[in-house]
Amino acid sequence: MSKHTITVTVNGEEVTHEVDARTLLVHFIRENLSLTGTHIGCDTTSCGACTVHLDGTAVKSCTVFAVQADGGSVDTVEGMAAGPELHPLQEGFWEKHGLQCGYCTPGMLMAAQELLEHNPDPTEEEIRWGISGNLCRCTGYNKIVEAIQYAAEKMRESREEAAV
Amino acid sequence: MSQLEDRVQFMHPVPEGASAQVETTEEIRVTTPEKICGMGHRMKRKEDSRFIRGKGNYVDDVKLPGMLYMDIVRSPYAHAKILDIDASEALATPGVVAVITGKDLEAAGGLHWMPTLMSDTQMVLPIDKVVYFAQEVCAVVATDRYTAADAVEKVFVDYEPLPAVVDPFEAMKDEVIVRDDKEEKTNHIWHWEAGDKEATDQVFAEAATVVREKMHIPRIHVASIETCGMVANYNPATEKMQLYMTTQAPHAIRTVFALVSGLPEQKIQVISPDIGGGFGGKVPVYPGYVICAVASLVTGKPVKWIEDRSENLQADSFARDYHIEAEMAADANGKITGLRVKTLADNGAADAAANPSKFPAGLYSICTGSYDMKAAHVEVDGVYTTKPPGGVAYRCSFRVTEAVHMIERMADIMAHELGEDPADFRMKNFIQPEQFPYKSPTSWEYDSGNYPAALQKAMDMIDYPALRREQEEKRARGELMGIGISSFTEVVGAGNSRDFDILGINMFDSAEIRIHPTGKAIARFGTKSQGQGHETTYAQIVAEELGIPAQDIEVEEGDTDTAPYGLGTYASRSTPTAGAAAAMAARKIKAKARKIAAHLLEVGEDDLEWNVDRWQVKGSPDQHKTIQDIAFAAYTNHPYGMEAGLEATDYYDPPNMTFPFGSYIAVVDVDKGTGNVRVRRFVAVDDCGNIINPMIVEGQVHGGLTQGLAPALYEEIVYDENGQNLSGTFADYLLPTAVESPKWETGHTITPSPHHPLGAKGVGESPTVGAPPAIANAVVDALWHLGVRHIDIPITPERVWKALREAGVND
Repeated sequence: MSKHTITVTVNGEEVTHEVDARTLLVHFIRENLSLTGTHIGCDTTSCGACTVHLDGTAVKSCTVFAVQADGGSVDTVEGMAAGPELHPLQEGFWEKHGLQCGYCTPGMLMAAQELLEHNPDPTEEEIRWGISGNLCRCTGYNKIVEAIQYAAEKMRESREEAAV
Repeated sequence: MSQLEDRVQFMHPVPEGASAQVETTEEIRVTTPEKICGMGHRMKRKEDSRFIRGKGNYVDDVKLPGMLYMDIVRSPYAHAKILDIDASEALATPGVVAVITGKDLEAAGGLHWMPTLMSDTQMVLPIDKVVYFAQEVCAVVATDRYTAADAVEKVFVDYEPLPAVVDPFEAMKDEVIVRDDKEEKTNHIWHWEAGDKEATDQVFAEAATVVREKMHIPRIHVASIETCGMVANYNPATEKMQLYMTTQAPHAIRTVFALVSGLPEQKIQVISPDIGGGFGGKVPVYPGYVICAVASLVTGKPVKWIEDRSENLQADSFARDYHIEAEMAADANGKITGLRVKTLADNGAADAAANPSKFPAGLYSICTGSYDMKAAHVEVDGVYTTKPPGGVAYRCSFRVTEAVHMIERMADIMAHELGEDPADFRMKNFIQPEQFPYKSPTSWEYDSGNYPAALQKAMDMIDYPALRREQEEKRARGELMGIGISSFTEVVGAGNSRDFDILGINMFDSAEIRIHPTGKAIARFGTKSQGQGHETTYAQIVAEELGIPAQDIEVEEGDTDTAPYGLGTYASRSTPTAGAAAAMAARKIKAKARKIAAHLLEVGEDDLEWNVDRWQVKGSPDQHKTIQDIAFAAYTNHPYGMEAGLEATDYYDPPNMTFPFGSYIAVVDVDKGTGNVRVRRFVAVDDCGNIINPMIVEGQVHGGLTQGLAPALYEEIVYDENGQNLSGTFADYLLPTAVESPKWETGHTITPSPHHPLGAKGVGESPTVGAPPAIANAVVDALWHLGVRHIDIPITPERVWKALREAGVND
């Protein structure tokens, strides 16, 4: 098994580690970096619990090799809040009861963040399709949709304030 | 197996302060201000603070120094003799520490077999033969998970395949014996009956109309997004075994581990950390847990075992699989008079169903549902097949889902047969509000209910008459639209302890509340949340009773070294049992607080009255001591002769089950060409008695509805004739996404439980139980005029298309 030294910017901080060629990105994040907010729910890229951003794009880190992130940047749920200040999506999920067991939540947050970056004003239908790569077994999705609507609204308001 | 005992004669006394009022209202009771956040407040969840930051602590997040990883070799056959296991190549692989086989477990004191929750036996690891596909054959322990997975491929097992028996009706012929370890060479496990056969036969003989239907409630899988797993940490120096485990019932599991392993119980600590969904799948003990614990004992090091999704979908956490033949009788006025049911329960290779001991078919005898009838008789036979053990209660109180699906389908079939509107038919046949407490023909005593109110509210919310008009217009144009109703009654909150147990351990539950000197508190419980929000709702109950702000109350569960003994969280039992225990423990504290307040105020106890968060002098509210004042005094200035401190524990043994209910209405459009069903609207009116946190109740209902939509339209674990699981990944076993799941519309009525100290009932499972027949009834309602009487769930496009084709549509 060949070993590789990789350098990745994780949540804004550069880290260098030696990994096996076959080490999955999700295991690199969880085990090498001890960032356990990114979860594993399946092994077929179906559930989305392991969703992180790789170079700004949401990926399911259970089917990406760690070496593919070499020289790139990875953002996980642990990097979402700016210090004590929650991201509007985190706030929305809390306010609107967008989570129950919390296991799918980090992946949902990362998927929703990408959705809102591409579509800041999504319809309910667009939100539902936007998170359709992420399975939640607890909430029935109603309140996740409301949480994302809450965040979209809040982010729109802060953009408008910034523009004034 | 004996008749269901008549439990109605035996009732614990109803606790003081239980809700005497059972009138139905819609107003949620709120008696505390926002800053205290007692019952009825939409309090944001305390637990979410860590989850939204990725700071939850699930079993796979536990990392201990020197930890090893375990992986499992699984059988490629559903039924085969094991001739040889050659692990030499695996053991020679660098990083592999041990390979554990059934013979090793046998040598370790007969640990190769374990008891199931139904007092049957199940192999932990086999010695002679395997009895289901993906069965655990041996385990590999290595320094990391990749090496362990590699080594699994290097274990060579020599099998001699035997014929599989997948169909339970074939299994009943005893041509292939699944469990030849048993003395009796038969696949038939038990026969069980409830109700009065003679009276039922009489009713059927006199009936004006009888309808019959066969239905299958297929095997499904709970598929919590977190799979099962464990970190076992045996310390040879202290002889203490720590088990971090995905379990819904940590205390019962500790006792079972102690009994099976012979380790002293005080040396076993089960820790159930954050759990990523349970839904019943994390109640049983699966072989992997036992092997993992043994691996730690053998190596003297911490060992982690985490199932991957395919293992989870192939080997454990299976539910349902009831083959039902039902008959319903009605008189000339269209009044239901009786129900007769025969059922074959496919248990798989062991009877490992998660039921209380006395109830091999769970609470299936609740199957007369919301309808008043003279007589009923239910028979169930359990049978072994070469499939993994099933019988987990997938978000369900022990088989109530199967019962509700059957009765709600039968009610609809009868209504259609009689040419009556299914809503009118239900209204006419409901147990009426004045009949409560109601004794059912199968001996349940329903505590409270108002079925017409819930159905009427659902009909108003969805504008039922307008939907029927729309359906008529569409039908005239050849379009297929259906409206389906389900008016279910649940039975949740086990015990009482005389009737309900797990392997002999009585089903009570517990709360322990300690008030700190500064008036803050910690409360610990015998249950274990898997997403239900106990850290919030239990705090709200204590806040309601004692006036301590819910934010100031820390709730802990899941550590058997610190939490009081309890039976765990499943079957919607937490609010009915541990929630009641919280109220009762708080009331004990309140009684002591009264003595302290009387001492501080220099008045008699009888001169005091309680007001939200304080004891005050009657008629002179300025003279008072708040709970915080009293807590401080309990440690600094308590009356001479009184014990210091302010804490209480309660082990609550409920007088009866609670009987939540509701009425759901589904509207579906059926595509004639493809057979695709789209749920266009779905209104759910639930009644779970008094509500602790309306936001959490809504969340529970939404989630349960999606888990009811799932088996209605998508989910089924399918086996081929060789017993191979064809649904072993999320690409094959379809969980609804946000796109399939409709926007749920919810409402409530409130009919308190007369025996619960807070008037509350369970709620988490009602929607999973009530939704599937609403959807199935809607689909059949769309097709009835074409001659379609029934379609089994999951109602896939293929099944609808076939039904349409048989009806002469789409030739």
